[in-house]
Amino acid sequence: MGKKGGKKRELRGSPLLGAVAVPDDARLEVRRTPKLYIGGAFPRSESGRTDVLPLARGGSVNIARASRKDLREAVKAARSAAPAWASRNASLRGQIMYRVAELMEGRAAQFRNDLLSHGYGKSEATEEVTASIDRLVWFAGWPDKIPAVLGGTNPVASSHFVFTIPEPTGVVAVVAPESSPLLGLITRLAGVLAGGNVAVIVASEGAPLPAVTLAETLAVSDVPAGVVNILTGRRAELMPHLSRHADIDGIDLWGCPDELLMDAERGAADHVARIARRPHGEKDRANAFIGERGERIDGMIAFLEMKTVWHPIGT
Amino acid sequence: MSSEQPPKRPARVVKRAAASALPASVTPAAPHVASALAASSPWAYAPAPESKELALIRPRYGLFIDGQERAPASGEVVITYNPATEEPLAEVAKGGVEDADRAVGAAERAHRKVWSRLAPRERAKYLYRISRILQERSREFAVTETLDSGKPIRESRDVDVPLAAAHFWYYAGWADKLEYAVPGRRPESHGVVGQVIPWNFPLLMLAWKIAPALAAGNTVVLKPASTTPLTALLFADVCRQADLPPGVVNIITGPGEMGMAIATDPRVAKVAFTGSTSIGIKIAQGIAGHGKALTLELGGKAANIVFEDAALDQAVEGVINGIFFNQGEVCCAGSRLLVQESIAEDFIARLKDRMSTLRVGDPMDKNTDVGAINSPAQMETIGELVSSGVAEGANIWQPECVLPERGWFYKPTLFTNVAQSHRIAREEIFGPVLSAITFRTVDEAIEKANNTAYGLSAGIWTEKGSRILQVAAQLKAGVVWANTFNRFDPTSPFGGYKESGYGREGGLQGLHAYLKSS
Repeated sequence: MGKKGGKKRELRGSPLLGAVAVPDDARLEVRRTPKLYIGGAFPRSESGRTDVLPLARGGSVNIARASRKDLREAVKAARSAAPAWASRNASLRGQIMYRVAELMEGRAAQFRNDLLSHGYGKSEATEEVTASIDRLVWFAGWPDKIPAVLGGTNPVASSHFVFTIPEPTGVVAVVAPESSPLLGLITRLAGVLAGGNVAVIVASEGAPLPAVTLAETLAVSDVPAGVVNILTGRRAELMPHLSRHADIDGIDLWGCPDELLMDAERGAADHVARIARRPHGEKDRANAFIGERGERIDGMIAFLEMKTVWHPIGT
Repeated sequence: MSSEQPPKRPARVVKRAAASALPASVTPAAPHVASALAASSPWAYAPAPESKELALIRPRYGLFIDGQERAPASGEVVITYNPATEEPLAEVAKGGVEDADRAVGAAERAHRKVWSRLAPRERAKYLYRISRILQERSREFAVTETLDSGKPIRESRDVDVPLAAAHFWYYAGWADKLEYAVPGRRPESHGVVGQVIPWNFPLLMLAWKIAPALAAGNTVVLKPASTTPLTALLFADVCRQADLPPGVVNIITGPGEMGMAIATDPRVAKVAFTGSTSIGIKIAQGIAGHGKALTLELGGKAANIVFEDAALDQAVEGVINGIFFNQGEVCCAGSRLLVQESIAEDFIARLKDRMSTLRVGDPMDKNTDVGAINSPAQMETIGELVSSGVAEGANIWQPECVLPERGWFYKPTLFTNVAQSHRIAREEIFGPVLSAITFRTVDEAIEKANNTAYGLSAGIWTEKGSRILQVAAQLKAGVVWANTFNRFDPTSPFGGYKESGYGREGGLQGLHAYLKSS
């Protein structure tokens, strides 16, 4: 599976494909401007920069190239959204995530078109979209199960009642999988959200459009502004700042290119940020998230803090 | 201590300033408590020393690699001292990079050829056996621990050693039940685990590290702290006694570079470190990009919050235990007292009263509350931070108490009028020094408690249950003790938020750290 670069096929109704010929008597399409998603708003990069991304079937699209300052703004938005998201009751958090899946279902065609634009074949694209929606539903069931599965009561030898509950770490940066631009993104993001964390996402660099559409979906969902922030741009440029940002509590490095990994982990170590990453030796590959094996919860567990509370039993 | 001295101690007892840098401005104790420990006082205790003969300390120890004692490649030794007497206890091998390489090799072979092939229930039985031997030899371990670390015999006897045995017992039972630990996933061991532990709870930290690692099917290379190697080396003897296959546990003594060599060895798949935040960060940076699993249990600056409706006498005991347990050389020590303004004056008076009855001195005396500081280096750190507290304008108070002439001892110290910006309110002192800060509202208490880079532990003292749950939920700390403090149990996970590290030790969560699950 992967990109089928340059293979041209007819694609109707995509607002993104500038090169599609428009017959004289047809209405001119209103194209979408892909933007960043920060604090519930859709700004362009403050730097004014864009990267021109060629599309699979000809034409191109201008992708916002987030700057260090955009990253800082995204972290700020995430931090201010964190307490309210963490304190939503677990069942409600799950329902809000499920609602996003509902909305994705309604926009399935657009997600599919995004993938086609990035060179996916038709059936591949359809499978990735449906799998992504199903994956989000899978994770939507997690929030109110996490404490029972990962926490519990501890049968200590002394006369104390002791329980352990998982709590969210806080602000988590998600370097989204490069080669699984929708299913990988959803898998990594959903784990973070299920645990009660808020996210700053760096979208797939080569295939950012599904992340842009996800932003537009989230904006009309019940996910509060700032809980998910999505940046597009260049990883090599953002990674050093992202890994060293002291207000980022955890980083999912799944999509971090190998050559940037050591520096990113060093940066995270500076402020004892928690990290999740690909299993050692595993590549950032498109099929990493397919099927039951793709239901990866390492990115959910990595950003949970176990809090243990003791109280004496007695009078 | 009373003026009566144990026979083996120097007869001369003089009052000594706690730290060189300190004491010009130390306020004398209130008159009514000043002489609480004088011989004429009803609080005076006769000496009750534990016998040193229970510890069979050898003059020299090698490295424990592949089931055998080996000389270090360097041929060099370092001396470990008794902090209470400044006398040398034994010579210990100074291991290096070459020794680390050899130990990791032994662990790798043992994992590949023996430990990973062993039936899990047999693995469990080895751990049960180790636990039993620790119980049988508990007095020997307790005495050795106290002689090497300076902690009161009462603590090593009642806390460190029984808890260490309990950890092996608890994790023994997990060894053949791993499928139940990670439902729906297939648990696997990492392989070789590199572990570096601190000097404050030498045997207990060893148990926290080795027990879950072995239960999960890993083999280990462990580096004990340079100033407290003896119980780890005694544990090597337990491994032999238990017929543990060679190479499953390797214990090597040496400097920090050797610890880093263990951590960065490509054959080491998982690293576990307990110690200071600065060293923890260095280790995390050293192994960055190597794909190793890592857990860190680092520093702390715990707030012990006393609300106005607390049972005050119990709270006083809890605060005392929170900061003076193991001389305050505890990462989760309750080193910041947050006391509600309405009761602050009364509470501080009770606290001073109680501090005046603490018995500071010979760790081998069964009545001693506060023993010796582990090393001169730590004495210096404490002295330096206490001086900064004085210089920054906090009010220092120490009880009148007589410290032994020899040995590294520090008086229990209380700072009042402390600002949150003071170093003594921000930095981990790792000594018997308490910084008191006041608050008015619940929100203010929570904000002040969380106003630290650390997040290891916290204490709450109130009689109101709903407030306990509210405050506990908002504290950014891995362990919250409500109406108690410094409690530990193998079934209960321990570890921090924020710069206190990540990963947990103890309980199911502590087992997860030693398993890969796919």
